[in-house]
Amino acid sequence: MDSLVATYSRPAFENEGYSSDEQQELVQAMPSLSLSFSLPPMRNPSAFLRALTDDHANPQCPIKLAHGTTTLAFRFQGGIIVATDSRASAGNWIASQTVKKVIEINNCLLGTMAGGAADCQYWLAYLGIQCRLHELRHKRRISVAAASKILSNLVYSYKGMGLSMGTMCAGVTPQEGPALYYIDSEGTRLAGNLFCVGSGQTFAYGVLDAEYHYNLTEKEALELGSRSILAATHRDAFSGGFINLYHVKEDGWVKHGFRDTNPIFWKTKLEKGEFSNVTANL
Amino acid sequence: MRGATILKASDDKTKQLNKHTLMAFSGEAGDTVQFAEYIQANIQLYSMRNDTDLGPSAVANFVRGELARSLRSRHPYTVNLLLGGLDPITKQPHLYWLDYLASLAPLPYAAHGYAQYYCLSILDKHHHPEINFEQGMKILRMCTDELQRRLPIDFKGMLVKVIDKDGIREIDYDSSKQVLSA
Repeated sequence: MDSLVATYSRPAFENEGYSSDEQQELVQAMPSLSLSFSLPPMRNPSAFLRALTDDHANPQCPIKLAHGTTTLAFRFQGGIIVATDSRASAGNWIASQTVKKVIEINNCLLGTMAGGAADCQYWLAYLGIQCRLHELRHKRRISVAAASKILSNLVYSYKGMGLSMGTMCAGVTPQEGPALYYIDSEGTRLAGNLFCVGSGQTFAYGVLDAEYHYNLTEKEALELGSRSILAATHRDAFSGGFINLYHVKEDGWVKHGFRDTNPIFWKTKLEKGEFSNVTANL
Repeated sequence: MRGATILKASDDKTKQLNKHTLMAFSGEAGDTVQFAEYIQANIQLYSMRNDTDLGPSAVANFVRGELARSLRSRHPYTVNLLLGGLDPITKQPHLYWLDYLASLAPLPYAAHGYAQYYCLSILDKHHHPEINFEQGMKILRMCTDELQRRLPIDFKGMLVKVIDKDGIREIDYDSSKQVLSA
């Protein structure tokens, strides 16, 4: 009888959550944040890497990393606009015109890519893994603040070892609302309303700052994001290709096309009379 | 600027060459004013000798020639210039962009140095050849606001001059209000 009572008088929620044994196991099974890579077998591996890849200090360096970009993201009343160009250049060589610089971390979180293409692709994919693991472990989606901090702590652990990335994390979560973070390989992590990253950032800032305000309508915001990238692709030699446009809302992100800049440029020039320094007749 | 000290906050970096052409200059300290005064003197000499002013394109090509000659000398002038003028005959406005390597480009709008990176995209979008004076001043305000917002340099005020059919005049331009980024 006692055993029967014991069986049916247990607290109702005892089997919810994790037991202390399970918690212990989880903590020990968690891999450390930073993966262990093999480094060049010498005393100062980061200096060695820099000697091989630093185009600025040594134009004859044997490895040209993919650089040069324009990416932007801004918060407004209807969510977050994320826009990028699509050019990858390695030195003076245009390596690709169709790069996807917006990385879809999950259906509510976006990351952007500027700086070393390989570094960004690899570590944002890694961030995607960590975000999914967070979801599985904690049974709820990760906040943008936490996701951006995983990335910033990770790149900070590699500081001075030659990582090169400038990225933005944009997402909407129930706790935070629309949230936007800037993270770079120096270890900077900033929350903000508006960021432009890459060699074309100043041109994008010019157009964006002049007309940005928080109460833009969705249509105005999408147009302003796209026009700012167009401005940068026009003036910055290392930006170009296609305009990749996203809108992040409460119920996830929506893609607004991957559109060629050339017809957009001529349409803007001929229909609105902008870019008056370019002649239309040969 | 000399090192990290501002020597003078209200320096006029322009020279009037004749009744309707104005030259703005930047670059190496010393070179700038020496070169500008040399050009100014020669343009004025031409006006006195011939009892007529050179048009903006003639002035621009003369300045370019002088820069090109200087470039191959022992001590070339390191000076970047913007030259604006109203053609006295056709009444058309002209703007020329010149750099210390003696490039000459006629442009609808122009800038030198870091300002190019912030302002040209604004001008690409908002400049139209048919705009009036007030719209022009609005675009100028957009540009100076952006420089105040994003450049890590404080200009300590700006100097604005207008060239039109009545000649050249300076106008009041208040840039004391702080501009913060969003």
